[in-house]
Amino acid sequence: MSDRLTNPEKTLRIGPMMTMGHIPDLDPRMRIVLAALFAVVVISLSDLIALCLAVLVAVTLLPLSGLPAKRTFKRMAAMDGFIIFTLILLPFSVAGTPMFTFLGFDASWEGLRQAVEIALTANAVILALMCLVGSMEPVTMGHALHALRMPEQLVQLLMFTTRYIETLREEYMRLRAAMKMRGFRPGTNWHTYRSFGYLVGMMLVRALERSERVLGAMKCRGFMGRFVLLEQFRMTDRDWLFAALMTAASVFLLVVQFRHAFA
Amino acid sequence: MPLLELRDISFAYPAHAPVLEGANLTIHAGERLSIVGPNGVGKSTLLKIAVGLLRPSSGQVLAFGQERRTETEFAEVRRRIGYVFQDPDDQLFCPTVAEDIAFGPLNLGKSRDEALAIVDDILQQLHLTHLRDRITHRLSGGEKRLVTLATVLAMEPEMLLLDEPTNALDVENEARLIEILQNLPQAILLISHNPEFSAKIAPRGYGLRAGKLERLAG
Repeated sequence: MSDRLTNPEKTLRIGPMMTMGHIPDLDPRMRIVLAALFAVVVISLSDLIALCLAVLVAVTLLPLSGLPAKRTFKRMAAMDGFIIFTLILLPFSVAGTPMFTFLGFDASWEGLRQAVEIALTANAVILALMCLVGSMEPVTMGHALHALRMPEQLVQLLMFTTRYIETLREEYMRLRAAMKMRGFRPGTNWHTYRSFGYLVGMMLVRALERSERVLGAMKCRGFMGRFVLLEQFRMTDRDWLFAALMTAASVFLLVVQFRHAFA
Repeated sequence: MPLLELRDISFAYPAHAPVLEGANLTIHAGERLSIVGPNGVGKSTLLKIAVGLLRPSSGQVLAFGQERRTETEFAEVRRRIGYVFQDPDDQLFCPTVAEDIAFGPLNLGKSRDEALAIVDDILQQLHLTHLRDRITHRLSGGEKRLVTLATVLAMEPEMLLLDEPTNALDVENEARLIEILQNLPQAILLISHNPEFSAKIAPRGYGLRAGKLERLAG
């Protein structure tokens, strides 16, 4: 758990100061909207050429986003890990022209095609999402979502999570260190399960108590149940240009998809 | 007229022996008092009762000349009394320093621009302008403490409640805090286990023992 949250990896960006790419300077609201638009368009594609082009668009975004390519591809591969079994099983589960037979099961060309489609769709969407949205601080994302009129409660949940995840992680690390100092070594036995149960339980109790203290502190500063956020965003010419390019790319993908219908 | 008066306050947490039994306290404008006593005797509890975060089982809380009982009555008290919590992580809940400081003024109905002006003002006053856009959880312990003070001062309170403000402070930041507090006009009610610090901020005060407050000589 703790290794997943090492400092430099908390956001995809290396640090708040990193401005290698152009995308991090663009309006975050627009980036979220464009990521959503791109995702919807790509999901509606089934033509393999269109899908390959979609992946190409997403790959083009990568150098613009300033994200480290290697780590980003690693994260993409991690997502692929979730769908790999679906992809492997699809040729066997979809009926159609047999490709080959494995242990008495027929693999179909139609199934393979579907698997490729899903793999391309998923990777294009996730890569574009990482480049457009993953390159912003969670805090900025919260503000942008608020500016996009997302439900206030959800935005607040996100903001509180980003604020307290580090505090919780530190608490976890402290408790873990304390356990280690008393000779605790995790194994496959009841003592380990029970101890981890206590650890999680203790963190829950502390989190609950903390939430009460935080609410108290908020009341002391006049909190009446409504948040007012400070940040204001403004679209610049560069933002509009980027939005126009991304929209054009999405429309182009749709044109490629439906080119036979137009012809 | 005292700013704050606690009369005969008794309080017990559910299923526990009473912590406070007939505690009395009075503090006037500009006055600086400390409350001393061992851990767990109810010092923080007393401060929470003063701002209505906890309700006493018996006794009266009088703030700014009026008795306070209901949540609405305490809401006004909380605007005029600034409370600096023991753990800065409990208090700094906004993602950035500027937002955290603006939170109070915005709740008081200030406009965005007014709130931002207050933020810059307070930060300048405390020489913390360099922290303005920092992410709160990435601040050091000392920085967090000074920022919590800024968040409270942004509401222009008439009185401050400080709950062990020197916790987790290094020598340098402690000196900064002392300097800041000594130059503030507000009345202060201080809980501290640090005798040197209390001597500089609020040498006179009360001892809390067996649920009662005793005025200390000095």
